[in-house]
Amino acid sequence: MATLTHGLDASILDRATQQTKLADLHKSIEVSNLNLYYGSKQALKNVNMVLPRHRVSAFIGPSGCGKSTLLRCFNRMNDLVDGVRIEGKIALEGQDIHARSVNVADLRQRVGMVFQKPNPFPKSIYENVAYGLRIQGVSKRRVLDEAVENALRGSALWDEVKERLHDNALSLSGGQQQRLVIARAIAIEPEVLLLDEPASALDPLSTLKIEELIYELKSKYTIVIVTHNMQQAARVSDFTAFMYLGELIEFDATATLFTNPKKKQTEDYITGRYG
Amino acid sequence: MDKPSISAHISHQYNAELEDIRSRVLAMGGLVEQQLANALTALVESDIAMAELVLSTDYKVNAMEVAIDEECTQIIARRQPTASDLRLIMAVIKTITDLERIGDEAERIGRMALQLSKVGTLKKQCMELENMGAQVKKILHDSLDAFARNDPQAALQVARSDLQIDRQYESIMRQLITFMMEDPRSIPRALDVIWSARALERIGDRARNICEYVIYLVKGKDVRHTSLEQIEQETLRG
Repeated sequence: MATLTHGLDASILDRATQQTKLADLHKSIEVSNLNLYYGSKQALKNVNMVLPRHRVSAFIGPSGCGKSTLLRCFNRMNDLVDGVRIEGKIALEGQDIHARSVNVADLRQRVGMVFQKPNPFPKSIYENVAYGLRIQGVSKRRVLDEAVENALRGSALWDEVKERLHDNALSLSGGQQQRLVIARAIAIEPEVLLLDEPASALDPLSTLKIEELIYELKSKYTIVIVTHNMQQAARVSDFTAFMYLGELIEFDATATLFTNPKKKQTEDYITGRYG
Repeated sequence: MDKPSISAHISHQYNAELEDIRSRVLAMGGLVEQQLANALTALVESDIAMAELVLSTDYKVNAMEVAIDEECTQIIARRQPTASDLRLIMAVIKTITDLERIGDEAERIGRMALQLSKVGTLKKQCMELENMGAQVKKILHDSLDAFARNDPQAALQVARSDLQIDRQYESIMRQLITFMMEDPRSIPRALDVIWSARALERIGDRARNICEYVIYLVKGKDVRHTSLEQIEQETLRG
């Protein structure tokens, strides 16, 4: 009788325990003792965390818990807000991003960002993706063509737009526009991609496409995603941070956080018990 | 309803996870089949080494059950499976419970084989057991096959043939009762044979359970605790 026991021992017994240990992974972003104030209101309270390289980390928590504020710290978007004051340290690949020697424009090239609403420029699809490279001074047609194609392939949009690269980007659907914006972000090959509610304005199928894209992109980029949708965090992320009232309550492997959270506050939130 | 296809999700990772669970269930099934086959060989041929092998391998079956359960928990927590995906997960969780129990029954047969090999077996009854064992092996194999191919018709066939096993079990029992009445000194040995026959009969029932889960998985109808006729109706319905 045919049996299926070949090569069994290697694979069966250890899979369940095969969880990624955060401490063993390369640190991409390291946050230490981070406090952030908008005027007199404290929006982040003593946040400490390490985001691993080439993994997806998700921030979840109720509105106003500081997850978007924390995300925007990573490419210093909060610098643009009046009356903001930041204490503590954020290091990208070991380098303090608030150091005097750091040029903010360079930082934002290394740390790309995609927002909730797709915001393509009112230009052609091609020019949207080539925009960042042109600013960097790339002008050779062949180089641009190749980079645009790679970025569009990377964001799983190429097959849908390759015949109409010179159409206006605003003619694309919402889901396509969001993938275009992601293509624009990865065209300049950042190290980190920050995604702030990237799928909340999209229909369920476009959302799944974005999620699948996130899964594929993590082999090349460190991805940090803010989402109101807990299930989305559970589906796409390797690590999840739960934040509440400006504090980081719990940060753990997604598989652990969603099956056996350590803090009662986390448990209450993910099971829908928060009052 | 179409047969559930698990390879068509937008998320390739989800496809891979579901495929992985299916193939692990089949691997576990393969191991349990092997355990049963070895236990029967040990019993029929009084093979002590084989019996000991069965006893020392059972932990693997248990470990697989735990690992697959863990994987199912992860999928429920992270993917929120619905419809046929949800039924697959439910069917898998139940199937591996039955497979683990079948593994325990095989272990029990292995233990009886050890005892019988020490006191000498009952030749004629062992022949009967061998026949019954061959049938039980076949329906276990066929139930796993029905699971592998998502085939409710095949599952129905297995559910039907479980009846024959029940009949064989009754026949062995009658023989052994006569035997014990004729020669009370044979009671200890006869009891060991009875326990083995009982274990085989239970395995048949559990294989039938697995088939019911296959019908649930494909047809969406829960046919546990219903008659064979009802199962037939549900299986043949569109």
